[in-house]
Amino acid sequence: MRSVKQLVDSFLLTELLKGLRVTLKNMFRKKVTVQYPDEKTPQSPRFRGLHALRTYPNGEERCIACKLCEAVCPAAAITIEAGPRESDGTRRTTKYEIDLFKCIYCGFCEESCPVDSIVETRVFDYHFENRGENIMTKAMLLEVGRRYEPEIASDREADAKYR
Amino acid sequence: MSEIDLLAWGETLFFIVLKIVAILLPLILAVAYTTYAERKIIGYMQLRVGPNRVGPRGWLQPISDVIKLIMKEIVVPKGSSKSLFVVAPVLFIGPSFAAWAVIPFDAGVVLADIDAGLLYILAMTSIAVYGVIIAGWASNSKYAFLGAMRSAAQIVSYELAMGFALVGVLMCAQSMNLGEIVLAQSGGFFQWYWLPLFPLLVVYWISGVAETNRAPFDMAEGESEIVAGFHVEYAGMAFSLFFLAEYANMILISFLTALLFFGGWLSPFEGYGWLDSATNWIPGTVWLLLKSGFFLFGLIWIRATFPRFRYDQIMRLGWKIFIPVTLVWISIVAIWIKLNWWPFNN
Repeated sequence: MRSVKQLVDSFLLTELLKGLRVTLKNMFRKKVTVQYPDEKTPQSPRFRGLHALRTYPNGEERCIACKLCEAVCPAAAITIEAGPRESDGTRRTTKYEIDLFKCIYCGFCEESCPVDSIVETRVFDYHFENRGENIMTKAMLLEVGRRYEPEIASDREADAKYR
Repeated sequence: MSEIDLLAWGETLFFIVLKIVAILLPLILAVAYTTYAERKIIGYMQLRVGPNRVGPRGWLQPISDVIKLIMKEIVVPKGSSKSLFVVAPVLFIGPSFAAWAVIPFDAGVVLADIDAGLLYILAMTSIAVYGVIIAGWASNSKYAFLGAMRSAAQIVSYELAMGFALVGVLMCAQSMNLGEIVLAQSGGFFQWYWLPLFPLLVVYWISGVAETNRAPFDMAEGESEIVAGFHVEYAGMAFSLFFLAEYANMILISFLTALLFFGGWLSPFEGYGWLDSATNWIPGTVWLLLKSGFFLFGLIWIRATFPRFRYDQIMRLGWKIFIPVTLVWISIVAIWIKLNWWPFNN
């Protein structure tokens, strides 16, 4: 009996018609496409994108050149050179570079930082046009930090109670 | 030859060329927008929105595609057979355009009203396979060659089933002229051949999908296993000729299905009282375009739904299922006609 049913089913193409019905139904369902440059998907405050170096509200840079981020970085993407600052002799970085090609965006640098200086922002759509642009220098990192400070601060605050 | 003869001859030639242009220009436009429709429909069926960036709602997408393809370089691979490499796309697209000569768009509106129309169509669709084989061979590439071999085997197998399905139609219509086949179906929706020849219609339709090398029968292209099959080595306009021909064949198959099984330009309400008189003003061409548009949608719908067949499954389906089914149904139709039963008792 089952084999008869199977024979009838295969000649009447029932399985195929079921499949066609599924695709036809999908045709009238709501589309899931996000029209990227016009619309963006929601991001978590924990999003790990482009790096930034933060400063205190008075303009003093937070980084104290402890080199914990350099030590913890699993991809060895961070290079730091430290020394006393000329104006007041405090210990600061003379060079702070992140190679974005090496970086795996794990966020360990941010977690290890005792002064919340190095952070990862929500920026993910950046590109390079020339060789060498993948190296983020200290000035570039500070610039990113300046530009996105309100967003960075509010994200840290939103996540603070889970830390 | 006298001057008057020459003038008459020139006039006939002029009108034939005019008719050819009147068929081919809309056809090429239709092909361009079929690619757009396909991308849109498949997108919608996959819960995407499809192309929507070029022009309002993406309506200019096919135009930008054409411009892109024209500007691209045609690369002739080293070690290829150059003359054949160039000739192959032309050989592929020529027959798919030539087949339109016998397609009637309304009663009497046909470029060549020949009695062997059905045979001519079969011949043209079979010749197109030479384009594929030559393209695959001339490319001097193993993938292209494999694609060509697959395509040849597939088209030969399905040509038989398709031919048998058409034998059923011409037995019922007692004619191979496409216009007469349509007229033999007059008398309303249930007089069309889809009902008595339903198994043949299904076989014809599936063979049509196989003949045009469309998914799920696109073994000749088989992106996942042989890159792009017979046209791997083609770029730019040479590639777009293959593309154009494939879509022209799709539209041809849709038109043929409408003509042979769904009453061509005849209204579906023929002989239904007020419905008939209310829709009388609609020209037959509109009905034909509506019907073939539906089948064109069907081809795209099938592509969006089914995964590709395995090679041996294609062969089994063609030889061990379709040919026996058509043979059985042809015998049944023959008995019907001999005994003068429904629906051939008019």
